[in-house]
Amino acid sequence: MTRAEIAGRLDASRALYDELVAYARSDFPYEVCGLLAIRDGHLERFYPVRNAERSMTAYRMDPESMGPPYLAIDQDDELDLGVFHSHPHTEAFPSATDVAEAAYNPHAVFLICSLQDPDNPVIRVFDIRDGRITERVFYVDGEEAPTGSR
Amino acid sequence: MAIEVRVPTVLRQHTGGEKTVTGEGATLRELVADLERSHPGLGKALVDDSGSLHRFVNVYVNDEDVRFLGGVETPLEDGDTVSILPAVAGG
Repeated sequence: MTRAEIAGRLDASRALYDELVAYARSDFPYEVCGLLAIRDGHLERFYPVRNAERSMTAYRMDPESMGPPYLAIDQDDELDLGVFHSHPHTEAFPSATDVAEAAYNPHAVFLICSLQDPDNPVIRVFDIRDGRITERVFYVDGEEAPTGSR
Repeated sequence: MAIEVRVPTVLRQHTGGEKTVTGEGATLRELVADLERSHPGLGKALVDDSGSLHRFVNVYVNDEDVRFLGGVETPLEDGDTVSILPAVAGG
């Protein structure tokens, strides 16, 4: 598996983690995407957003469904923005496209769910600033989430 | 005429950190030019040299995506709210 320098952490409840995995599976083999409200380093709420590309290798958040949750999170000084998407066939690591597009949301925390091993989904968490990727340790109900073997 | 413009975090470096600014314009194109005058860099972040909306921003007038309204020619009225958000994409 591709590694990155570890910096920081993100916490989530098991319920929210399961919600993300279920959503990733819901449109397999296509990529899915959504936004997350993060409060004090904890995932608070997930907002599924339609993938306007409906592609197995790309996503583009549909502007209409993306608008209200993005605006709500962005206008709230107490919330940080999380961007979630799935990699149905590849590892949970930012692709070259992910890194390039992150330039437009440098403040976001990026969560990627891999379904490469369908029985062992993996969600990893990244910060991408100026083309540089660092990874956060992801705690689910206080325990480190699996990062998989591949 | 006053149009409220909501500015996303990523563009607040052009507004001195303000999340909301006001502008004028009978169309989105005119508003963008007005915003560029009062907040240099903000207008350029929305519209490219050919006058089209950048692909990496989404602009909404009263919560409707302007790509469905009239693009940069979308008419504006006093009291309208324009929201700017970055596009979110990847692969």
